[in-house]
Amino acid sequence: MAILKLTDICKDYAQGKEPVRVLKNVNLTVEKGDYIAIMGPSGSGKTTLMNIIGCLDVPTAGTYELDGRDLKDLSDDELAQVRNKHIGFVFQSFHLMPKMDALDNVALPLLYGGVSLKERRARAEEALKAVGLGDRVNFLPNQLSGGQCQRVAIARAMVGKPDILLADEPTGALDSKSGTQIMEIFQKLSDEGMTILMITHELRIAQCARKIYHILDGELRTEEEGGADHEKKAE
Amino acid sequence: MLENIRLAFQGIWSHKLRSVLTMLGIIIGIAAIITIVSTIKGTNEQIKENLIGAGNNVVTVRLNQNGYPYDMSWNPVPSGVRVVSKSTVEELQKLDGVEKVSLYCSRDYANSVYFGNTQFNGSICGVDANYLSVYGYQVKSGRGFTQEDFSKFRKVALVDAKAVTNLFGGESPVGKIIEINSEVFSVVGVVSPSQEFTPTINSLNDYWLYADTSSGAVYLPDVVWPGVYQFDEPQDVAIKVTSTDAMASVGQDAAKILTERQIMGSDSEFDYRSTDMLEQAQQLQSMSQSTNTQLVWIASISLLVGGIGVMNIMLVSVTERTAEIGLKKAIGARKRRILLQFLTEAAVLTSLGGIIGVVSGVGLAQLISYLVKIPVAISFPAIVIAVVFSTLIGVIFGLLPATQAANLNPIEALRRD
Repeated sequence: MAILKLTDICKDYAQGKEPVRVLKNVNLTVEKGDYIAIMGPSGSGKTTLMNIIGCLDVPTAGTYELDGRDLKDLSDDELAQVRNKHIGFVFQSFHLMPKMDALDNVALPLLYGGVSLKERRARAEEALKAVGLGDRVNFLPNQLSGGQCQRVAIARAMVGKPDILLADEPTGALDSKSGTQIMEIFQKLSDEGMTILMITHELRIAQCARKIYHILDGELRTEEEGGADHEKKAE
Repeated sequence: MLENIRLAFQGIWSHKLRSVLTMLGIIIGIAAIITIVSTIKGTNEQIKENLIGAGNNVVTVRLNQNGYPYDMSWNPVPSGVRVVSKSTVEELQKLDGVEKVSLYCSRDYANSVYFGNTQFNGSICGVDANYLSVYGYQVKSGRGFTQEDFSKFRKVALVDAKAVTNLFGGESPVGKIIEINSEVFSVVGVVSPSQEFTPTINSLNDYWLYADTSSGAVYLPDVVWPGVYQFDEPQDVAIKVTSTDAMASVGQDAAKILTERQIMGSDSEFDYRSTDMLEQAQQLQSMSQSTNTQLVWIASISLLVGGIGVMNIMLVSVTERTAEIGLKKAIGARKRRILLQFLTEAAVLTSLGGIIGVVSGVGLAQLISYLVKIPVAISFPAIVIAVVFSTLIGVIFGLLPATQAANLNPIEALRRD
C-alpha cells in the first residue's frame, strides 16, 4: 500500500524576474515499510523535495497524496496538523529546544497534538528508552553529546507514532561513530516496519537504505537497489 | 496557557538584564502615574478637610469690582456704594440658615502698622462686635473687645498668634503700644481660631490665597477704622451659617440682597459676591487636579515609549528564536499557539513592569509625603487600573511581533541557524 505518492510534482521559486524551476515532474511512490535514501549534490533540489514531502512547502504543480489523502488546498494550520500526526522530522542540526530537558523536548509534538500531560510524559519516556537514552531523561541538550542529541530528536520524531520518518542529513553534523549509531537506530526502526525517507549526500549513509534515488537538477532519476548491496555487505 | 506563562517567565528570567531594561519604561510610567494620582487624592482630601474645618460654616460676602474683590488699600471709597445699614443687616439676619451676621472693613496688606521699628505685613480688620464670635475666635490672653471699646471709640487692638510672632517677636503683646497710620493703639488681647488651621502651600496660587493669614492679623473696633483709614468704606460681610450645606445658598441670597440695597444704579461695575470655603476648596482641588492631569498625560508618554521598547525587544526576540519557532511549526504547532506564546511573553513582561511600577509608585508617594509633608492617599482602583493597563500595553505592543512570529515560514525559519 502506497503511503506517499507524488505525481508530476513541480516547484518554482521566484528568483529575479524569471521563476526558477527547482523540481521538474518528480514522481515518487513510497510503500509502507520502505527505507529510502535520496542522494544528490547541494543545489540539486533535494531539500525542496524533502520540504514538500514534509508538508512544510506546497508544490507549484502536481499532486501529493499522503495515506490516500490529497493535500492540495490545505490551510497552514491544517498542514501543521498533518505534520503533527503523520510525519516525524529529524534534522541535520537536531533543532532541540535548548532550555528544555530531553523529556520535554520529546513530549513537545504531543503537546501540539492535544495529549494530556501525564500521557505525554509516559510516552516521551518510552520513546527515549527506545533510543537508548532512558537514563538521560532530565538532561538539557547542552549536557548531551551530538549523537545523543540526534537520538533525542529521533525520539521526538517517533513519539507521535508517525506514518513516515523524514530525515534530512541525519548524520551530517556527527562524527562517524555517532553516525553509525544513528544508522543502527534507523535500521532497527525499519525492521519494526517504520517507513523511512532520508536525504543525504554521503553514499556510505545512503547504502544503509533499501532503495536509493538520485536527484540532479530537479529531476529524480535513477533508482538503485541499495538494499541488495547492503545485504551483500552484511554477509 | 499555563504552559505559555511558564515559558514566558523562563524567557524573561534567561535574559534578566534585557528584561529589566525593557520593563523600565513601563515601571517609570506606572510609578509616575501612581505617585501623581496618590498625591492628588491626598492633597484634595487635605484641602477639603482644612478649608471646611477652618471655615466654621462662615460665608463671606465681599464687595467686588468687575468680578474681583475690591481692595481699598490703594483705591478710594467707591462711589455709588453705600455703607451697609442696620436695616440691611436685619434683612440678612432673617434669611434661612443664617445664625449671625458681622460687618468688617479690611486690608489684606496692612500698611503703616509698626511696633517700635518693626513693620507689620499681615492683614488688618476693622470689625464689629459680632466678628469674633462669627469666626469662632477665642481670646487666648488679655481680653476681647467690650461694648465700651465700641461706644467710647477706644483705640485698642487684638492680634492673632502669627502677629505675635511676626510683630512682637513672640513676646506677650498685651499692654504694648502699636502705631497704625501714626495713630497709637494699645494691644489688649491675643485671639486665635478655635480650630487651628495650617494650610498646605503647593503652588503660588495657594500662597496668594493664604498670604493674608500667613503673616497674622490685627483687629480694631470698626468705630475707630475711619480714624486710621477712610470714612464711609463699604464693609464686607461675614455670615455664620447653621449648616455646611446651606453655605452656598445663603451666600448667594446675601450677595443678592447686598447688591440690591447697597449699590446705586443697575449698571454699576460693583457688586457683592459670596465666597464660601467649600467653593474655594473645589476651586483649589480642580486647580491641583488639572495640573496633575497634565502630569498624568506626560507619564503616559513614558508608557507609550515603554510599550514601543517592549515591541522592539519582542521583535529582536522573534528574530533570535526563528529556529525555535520554525521547529515548533514543523512539528505541528498552529499559528494561534505561537501567537499566544509571544503575546503572553509580552503581557507577562509588561504586567511585571506594571506591578513593580505600582510598588515603587506607592513607595515614592510615601517618601514624598514624608519629605514634603503632603498627605498621600493610595487609590486602589488606580492600582488595579495601572496593572490591567500595563498588561494591555503588552498585548497591544506584542501583537506585531507575535503576528510576525506566527506567520514565519517554517522552511525559512529552519534554514537559519
